[in-house]
Amino acid sequence: MILLQVVVSGLLMGSVYALFSSGLTLIWGMMNVVNFAHGDFVMLAMYAAFFAFTLLHLGPAVFIPGAAALLFLLGVIVYLGLVRHIAKGPPLAQILGTFGLALVLRYAAFWAFTANFVSLPDNLVGGTFDIHGLRIEASRLLGGVIALLITLAMHLVLTRTALGSRLLAVAEDRNAAMLMGIRPDRMQAIAWGVGAASTGIAGALIALFFYISPTVGESLALIAFVVVCLGGFGSVPGALIAGLAIGVIEALSAYFIGAVYKDVLVYSLFLLVLWVRPQGLMGTT
Amino acid sequence: MRQWKLVLAGFVLIAAWPLLVHDVFYQRVGALVLLAAISASAWNLLGGYAGQVSVGHAVYFGTGAYAALVVYTEWGWPPIAGAPVGMLVSMAIGLVVGTPTFRLRGHYFSMATIAAAELARILASNWPLLGAAVGLMGPPRPRSLADLSFISPVPYHYLFLAVLTVLLALTAGMQRSRPGYYLAAIRGGDRAARSLGVPVLRYKLFALMLSAAFTALAGSLYAVMVGFIDPDSALGILISVKMLIVAALGGAGTLFGPLIGAIILVPLEETTNALFGGGGTGITFIIYGAIIVLVARFQPGGVAELWRSATARSPRRAA
Repeated sequence: MILLQVVVSGLLMGSVYALFSSGLTLIWGMMNVVNFAHGDFVMLAMYAAFFAFTLLHLGPAVFIPGAAALLFLLGVIVYLGLVRHIAKGPPLAQILGTFGLALVLRYAAFWAFTANFVSLPDNLVGGTFDIHGLRIEASRLLGGVIALLITLAMHLVLTRTALGSRLLAVAEDRNAAMLMGIRPDRMQAIAWGVGAASTGIAGALIALFFYISPTVGESLALIAFVVVCLGGFGSVPGALIAGLAIGVIEALSAYFIGAVYKDVLVYSLFLLVLWVRPQGLMGTT
Repeated sequence: MRQWKLVLAGFVLIAAWPLLVHDVFYQRVGALVLLAAISASAWNLLGGYAGQVSVGHAVYFGTGAYAALVVYTEWGWPPIAGAPVGMLVSMAIGLVVGTPTFRLRGHYFSMATIAAAELARILASNWPLLGAAVGLMGPPRPRSLADLSFISPVPYHYLFLAVLTVLLALTAGMQRSRPGYYLAAIRGGDRAARSLGVPVLRYKLFALMLSAAFTALAGSLYAVMVGFIDPDSALGILISVKMLIVAALGGAGTLFGPLIGAIILVPLEETTNALFGGGGTGITFIIYGAIIVLVARFQPGGVAELWRSATARSPRRAA
């Protein structure tokens, strides 16, 4: 029973991982740029949720979409102001650009919000479900289920709508898309907006049950890289499966070998997979 | 010829620095500039010349730093005696990390190096031999000259200058020899280099091991000078990032780029730290971050590129 408990909580966390990793994979797939600030976007969303509650007394029903909107805006601004210009540059410039952004965001948060850990009150989404002895906190259940639904929605938008087709067309071949009357610049801005919005929702959800600190994004970013590498770059279903798998692996290793070593297992697995399948478990190129 | 006069003038100025300024703060900044230039120049061998952008060089820096203090805590050796040990271990780690990760290109390689470095940091934080999360201390007071424990930064200045000179001379020599051309070809593209008959993996490993050895030496020198290390100050991700920023700001893949970057960034960091005290770390990294965003956006070739375009009249080899 305990094992089932661990697996279920791993799956719930994993679906949040899948959500923000889908954003990273979308951005990567669209324009072959890695957002090294992705984890810090999640951190910002967590603080947005925290301050929306403590200062403005807004509930999750407002601050979750609010964080998504805020981060969407940030994503578009970052694309227009920075990424659009460095995407054509040398690889080093791409890494420097988003890495520098990550440092600015992380240490600006450090400076503005101090290094202290904060968290939303436990009872914001209160209660614990007890299903035949399987205990699940309502906040984690809510987080996991919403994240899962939004990740699936992202996949459907990408594969079933005109907007999705336009986005994928730009990812496939920028010039050909341009000849079809698609504006690649606008599509890429949207991809950055959507990618960042996914961190907005994920961050607001994680804030419901996790501590918040300026450096929390660092390990989340690494998890997103691992998920994206495992799932294959640009693949949302891949990110979903890999996200859930990482959530479960993390929970199991925390349970069996101790919480300090859960990241060791995840990173080792990451290096191992890169070694045997550099294109990711489900990647094709 | 004009360039060499300039280089000589720069060298003389750097060598005379501790004699020109009497304030210990500025002398210390001088020594730290040289130390940052050593580690960034070491990073540059792999990240600049071979074009393999490592964001995990803290592994090698930390190996050197820990080697220096472990030989002291375990056997009572003078810390500097750990430097060769650290260099050898680093080269071995480079071989182990490099062999699988060099199959990856571009961002994949960078992300793999981050993961490897974080792995090392977590392991060191839980390994009692390395002092776990607390870290290690060097000799509390010098037992002999061999401990290289000085109150004045001036001896360190000359020690670091000697190491930097050797490293840059080695780099300059490499630049104009077969390995240098091979690395330039690899930087241009793995596949093209291979089609020209360059043994790509072997030369990437060569660059990595040379780079790792000197990065470890920088780590040992840091531990000798500061006398205290912990997982964050020796293996933290910011250590890797600093090397990359210093080299990239000055100009990655140029001989003097890392030194120029260090001359710009280290005084900046020390000044903000002095101005804002403990809280200055945050401000320093906001400034660091902003600088590299601006460099990436407006001057991806680094400061050296400005210099190059300013002196465009003199003919130059294509990089």
